[in-house]
Amino acid sequence: MTTATTHDTHHEEHRRGLMRWITTTNHKDIGTLYLLLSLLMFMVGGAMAMVIRAELFEPGLQFVEPQFFNSMTTMHALIMIFGAVMPAFVGLANWLIPMMIGAPDMALPRLNNWSFWILPFAFTILLSTLFMDGGAPAGGWTMYPPLVMQTGNAFPFLIFAVHLMGISSIMGAINVIVTIVNMRAPGMTMMKMPLFVWTWLITAYLLIATMPVLAGAVTMLLTDRFFDTSFFNAAGGGDPVMYQHIFWFFGHPEVYILILPAFGIVSQIIPTFSRKPLFGYSSMVYATASIAFLSFIVWAHHMFTVGMPLTGELFFMYATMLIAVPTGVKVFNWVSTMWRGAMTFETPMLFALGFVVMFTIGGFSGLMLAMAPVDFQYHDTYFVVAHFHYVLVTGAVFAIMGATYFWLPKWTGHMYNEKLGKLHFWLSTISVNVLFFPQHFLGLAGMPRRIPDYSVQFAGFNEISSIGGFAFGLTQLLFVYIVFKTIAGGEKATDQVWEGAYGLEWTLSSPPPYHSFSIAPDVK
Amino acid sequence: MLVNKIKRTLTAAAAMTALLGATNAAADYALNLTTGVTPISREAHTLHMLILEVCIGIGVVVFGAMFISIVRHRKSRGVQPAQFHESTAVEILWTVVPFLILVGMAIPATKALVAMEDTSDADISIKVTGYQWRWGYDYVDSGISFISSLATPKDQIYNKAEKGEHYLLEVDKPVVVPVNKKVRLLITANDVIHAWWVPQLGMKKDAIPGYINEMWFKIDKEGTYRGQCAELCGKDHGFMPIVVVAKNEADYAQWVAEQKGTASAEKQAAQRTWSKDELVARGETVYNTSCAACHQANGEGVSGAFPALKGSAIATGPVADHLALVMHGKPGTAMAAFANQLSDVELAAVVTFERNAWGNNVGDLVQPSDVKAAR
Repeated sequence: MTTATTHDTHHEEHRRGLMRWITTTNHKDIGTLYLLLSLLMFMVGGAMAMVIRAELFEPGLQFVEPQFFNSMTTMHALIMIFGAVMPAFVGLANWLIPMMIGAPDMALPRLNNWSFWILPFAFTILLSTLFMDGGAPAGGWTMYPPLVMQTGNAFPFLIFAVHLMGISSIMGAINVIVTIVNMRAPGMTMMKMPLFVWTWLITAYLLIATMPVLAGAVTMLLTDRFFDTSFFNAAGGGDPVMYQHIFWFFGHPEVYILILPAFGIVSQIIPTFSRKPLFGYSSMVYATASIAFLSFIVWAHHMFTVGMPLTGELFFMYATMLIAVPTGVKVFNWVSTMWRGAMTFETPMLFALGFVVMFTIGGFSGLMLAMAPVDFQYHDTYFVVAHFHYVLVTGAVFAIMGATYFWLPKWTGHMYNEKLGKLHFWLSTISVNVLFFPQHFLGLAGMPRRIPDYSVQFAGFNEISSIGGFAFGLTQLLFVYIVFKTIAGGEKATDQVWEGAYGLEWTLSSPPPYHSFSIAPDVK
Repeated sequence: MLVNKIKRTLTAAAAMTALLGATNAAADYALNLTTGVTPISREAHTLHMLILEVCIGIGVVVFGAMFISIVRHRKSRGVQPAQFHESTAVEILWTVVPFLILVGMAIPATKALVAMEDTSDADISIKVTGYQWRWGYDYVDSGISFISSLATPKDQIYNKAEKGEHYLLEVDKPVVVPVNKKVRLLITANDVIHAWWVPQLGMKKDAIPGYINEMWFKIDKEGTYRGQCAELCGKDHGFMPIVVVAKNEADYAQWVAEQKGTASAEKQAAQRTWSKDELVARGETVYNTSCAACHQANGEGVSGAFPALKGSAIATGPVADHLALVMHGKPGTAMAAFANQLSDVELAAVVTFERNAWGNNVGDLVQPSDVKAAR
């Protein structure tokens, strides 16, 4: 461990201009690149969401044709999951993990560079399908066969883009694991690590376990289409449902990949602004590990309607309901951390509190969806759309925004504009609820998801939802403005930044040195 | 905080609704799941309410504690933060209590699930086949067989005509079933995965190529119940509704008799020789319900996705190839095999129409007897 801690200062020198960013092996530079890519993809995916909400504003077809609408829902999901949320978490991991564990950099810097620079190509390939003969993929982000086989020329590009994203994720995950296991400062035992580091360690294992499964599934699609195999083709003796099992064996851990680092972020922010240590640290670690374990044995709850045997349905129902226990523990722990603290409500804390409330609402609808006999009614309706947007937008995305406000002063050395930050929070929170809460009602009333047009009974709530959507979309331009304004300049941030801040990253200067800890700190 | 949030949301929603209310006379703001008209749908509704109430109860406790904390334990009130950070007793308590609540919910859910999956002792069985983008129904006992397609005119979809009451939830031929009889559906698909769902019947099931899934319902009230395909199945996924009409026993028997009459008339029509005008006229109707969604009403298709028929090599080439393609489809593409979806008359008519429309003017025609020979 000590060998990694001696680093000479001449490493401070690095190339200037564009080549700095292309050749960089520095964890902060790469973290910045990841975060900027994520922001860009958030805007691109958001623009697609605006097209969707515009078309759904009123019954009838107004702006786009059904095929293009399906492309929008498919691409929106792929871009937001693989382009916005996942790179944001990897960006945060790059910036924060070395600083939090007292390391100078990530363990595998060249791999780090490569895992980022794959992504711009992956998304260029994915987005280029919008201009191809036959249009962009339109069979849903889950790529279910046989429908996905009807994709035009975009098909092999879709598969290749998914492979690239998977390779990038696996390399990023390896780097995180190697860094955390080998580069902790003396005294930084596993059970002293900040929760963000813990949740990322577990997330990295989930990535390594599931990304190859996704790669296998899409490769089988590829050979079914081009090499006359029949893995999923019933007419050739294959099984279209097998794809769904394989896909969701990846897909369910994937949704925890999208939320566990968010749990970690919130577990950093809430104690800071409550001025009180995190309640139940070790139970938080065990709860995260339990969630990760359970995520591997619940996949078929995405498929209650495919006609599984009764015993299969019962097993997946019980296992899914169990996830509520460790997730509940986390929520109770956050609330207990606030209890009898001395809270202040700066922007990061607002986002963290918004996260706890709205993620829990998404958790409740998740528990409802776990009940197989009622899921037959909820499945593939807007109730599901409302559910996963509550956990992903007001969950993952709110946590990422909270993290940005929380650590931006540390990264840039400048304080952001607190008034604008709070405005951003309140506008986002109001509009996101106008956007997604009515979708619960739409789903319960019987509106299926992924339809470009709907019967007139659904018009009222769709209109409200669309207005919320436009407002939420517009509000995020404010976020972009605040972030870039803070990068450009602003009030000087102290090293501690927040009164209640604790942890190694706050002992470094703001902005921190190019190599975080050239001399390993002593952790007591 | 939650209460405030809900209040805010509802106030904002109400304000916007008032602003826009005039444009949406037909919109109703339904909030909850239907109780439906079958024992299953009522069971699903009861469970839905149970778990919703449990969630609201837990929400009140958790958000309540959070709210009190936010109000009372804030630095601006000059409080000193406590430093406690663990309590094994509390941790065990809030692991065990939720677990027991879950067990309490799993018991009724298991009972309901067992009942829902019991498709034995059905009174009638109907095979349901999903096609892109219509539903086929075959009554296993009485031999009745038909395709049910969207009946909403294109003008309404493209906002050129006022939308009707059952916009997008209306079909040319509804499924008719008797009330108070256990109806079993055998659900499959011909091309991609679809899902058969009528909310008021309380159940949905995927229609998967190569699989026959089962579900059942027993409707206890006469009436018309509407639903739609619930699994993304391509371009017109939003345009393949399901309409179920539940009739009393006498009316149902009469409907069965009528259907059998129509079927034998169609059979006789297939025996005779048709004139070209007759075939083209019938073919245009078939084309518009079965082909125009992809190949477009003007026969020009959609570039890159669906080939044009106007002037195409197939539609102007040898008639046998043309008929074979329509009957057997093109594997790996959206072009379905229509041999089982359309009758001899319909196949003959649509091929004849395609060969003589949009300036194709090949001039030849296909007789129902030719189709029969090609089968």
